[in-house]
Amino acid sequence: MTSWTMSAALNQALRDALTADDRVILLGEDIGVSGGVFRVTDSLLETFGDRRVFDTPISEAGIVGAAVGLCFGGWRPVVELQFDAFSYPAFEQIVDHVAKMRMRTRGRVDIPITIRIPAFGGIKGKEHHGESPETYFAHTAGLKVVTPSGALDAYALLRHAIEDPDPVIVLEPKARYWSKEEGELGPDELALGTGRVVRDGGDVTLIAYGGMVARIREAAEQLAHTGIEARAVDLRWLSPLDDDLLRRCAVETGRLVVVHEAPRHVGFGAEVAARTMELAFDSLAAPIARVTGWDTPYPPASLEDRYLPSVDRIVAAAKETVAY
Amino acid sequence: MAEPQVQPPTHWGGTEPRRVLAPDGSVVGDPAVRLEADELRAILRWMVLARRLDRECIALQRQGELTVYPGFEGQEAAQIGSATALGDADMVWPTFRELAVALVRGVDPGQYLQYHRGTWHGGPYDPRATRFGPICIPIATQIAHAAGGALGQQLDGSHEVSIAYFGDGATSEGDFHEAANLAGVWKLPLVLFCQNNGWAISMPAAQQTAGEIWRRAEGYGFPGVRVDGNDVLAVYAATREALERARRGDGPTLIEAMTYRIGAHSTADDPRRYRADPEVEAARASDPIARFRTWLIAAGHADDTFLAECDVEAERFAMTVREGVVAIPAPPPEWQFEWVYAEPGETFQRMRVEAMG
Repeated sequence: MTSWTMSAALNQALRDALTADDRVILLGEDIGVSGGVFRVTDSLLETFGDRRVFDTPISEAGIVGAAVGLCFGGWRPVVELQFDAFSYPAFEQIVDHVAKMRMRTRGRVDIPITIRIPAFGGIKGKEHHGESPETYFAHTAGLKVVTPSGALDAYALLRHAIEDPDPVIVLEPKARYWSKEEGELGPDELALGTGRVVRDGGDVTLIAYGGMVARIREAAEQLAHTGIEARAVDLRWLSPLDDDLLRRCAVETGRLVVVHEAPRHVGFGAEVAARTMELAFDSLAAPIARVTGWDTPYPPASLEDRYLPSVDRIVAAAKETVAY
Repeated sequence: MAEPQVQPPTHWGGTEPRRVLAPDGSVVGDPAVRLEADELRAILRWMVLARRLDRECIALQRQGELTVYPGFEGQEAAQIGSATALGDADMVWPTFRELAVALVRGVDPGQYLQYHRGTWHGGPYDPRATRFGPICIPIATQIAHAAGGALGQQLDGSHEVSIAYFGDGATSEGDFHEAANLAGVWKLPLVLFCQNNGWAISMPAAQQTAGEIWRRAEGYGFPGVRVDGNDVLAVYAATREALERARRGDGPTLIEAMTYRIGAHSTADDPRRYRADPEVEAARASDPIARFRTWLIAAGHADDTFLAECDVEAERFAMTVREGVVAIPAPPPEWQFEWVYAEPGETFQRMRVEAMG
């Protein structure tokens, strides 16, 4: 068994994708010589050369727009936007063109762009380095949005994203880049839009994605000491969303707690709650609880721990839901 | 060199644009590129057809057969001159005002006008086969697509060139800057073709930017040229030179074609709210078709019979397009879901079933 950090697994995914398809090219700021600020593209420039791996000017809208143009020539661009908040300059290109170009051309031009974004908080970052932009993208028809929680899924999901004929936003939880996972890298054994039960239990379901998956697993372990068996679910895909899994969890546990770093207001938890209600209202034994970041801008490093959903907050919400 | 007898539009101050024909049709500059008589006549024919169709489109909108339509009257030389210079495999990245370019590229006007008929976004023609990209409304965003398209052409080792069309207003957008910068750094086979038509809806060019647009090229490390956009021969020559430069691997060129938007920004716009009629009348005196026609006759490349044939053909053309446009059906409702994803998820498929009943 090999031990992989998420950063190394993502690097291997890019390496394998570049090898498998000579129309795959990488564009991003500091991804070449420097190997990316999180080293995800380490040594790819050396291996594949500067006609496959492009160190770009600081130009998020420019490189995402260029990626759209590249698709018309049959290229398969993989763009790195260095940090979550730096995806915003490219927002117009992503929403107006990346998401809609296939429809606008009546399917004549596929847009198989992968946009990798180191996302979410938890690394004591500067402002604009801890954002949770998932709902902006998940709300946009034409995009797919995926976020891995561990190294093995990171490999599988990034390979899937690059091979997918549609544009995929890959939100890489930067707090998990250096966390390790044992196993062999390989293609995703689950279908597009499929979440995963990462710990089973019948009393309550804890639902998360990205960096919060580790936290709901920890919360589930703590709950077990108090006699509550919690199921932990990693959604993986935010678009498409795994309706069947939500329905199953509602039917089988009757109680759900959804956890994310983003602010609560119009956060992804609202979609999870509304959809579960539509799918399985009669199975619900308690209101669906949301444990989220606060409805404030992401805080400075010294306040980060009070902003992010803590294990304590998740445990408390789960207990309240079970006791309802 | 003869003095132009008619003053160009007011926003043309500063650097004199490159010019072959004066507004009165007299020769004032070196055409640089020699065109045969039949090629010259073909250019005039396209200009006449394009103007007639543009007017027909405005009529169609007034009659409720098209939704909002953005006219291009006055810009025929800029559009036809540049489009005629392109090679078959060169790729055009238009805005929403390049119907004349589309005609020269062989885009079926009936398909193109589905956009303005309100039956499809983007453009239902095949952008790869026609080498004419989707109609693009978000200002300047298509220039970044053109940069990417040009990068792909460069990586493929082809000798194809991309040309991005945009207006004076687009040069205030970040995407113009980002695309121009990428083009310079990567020495892309790209022509940045700005039609400075004086007005971005109600904003005059002088308030849009304090400098001259063509001069910006220097900051990006490639040449810029200002050309009389109402002089089809000057536009053709400047575009040809830029294309050849790009094909040689010498990188991009920024062309600022000085022209004038005679009509409204679109059929939803009332230009009397922001500009005076005398300005428009002065601009009409610099009409690109009259100028070229005068010279063609004087130089013996065309005669009155040809001009009359053009007018007859333009009338027939407009009527044929009109018949096609009014017959465009509404798209089937299921098309709303058809091309959103190549491989949709199950939730999307369920919604499709829900919507279609």
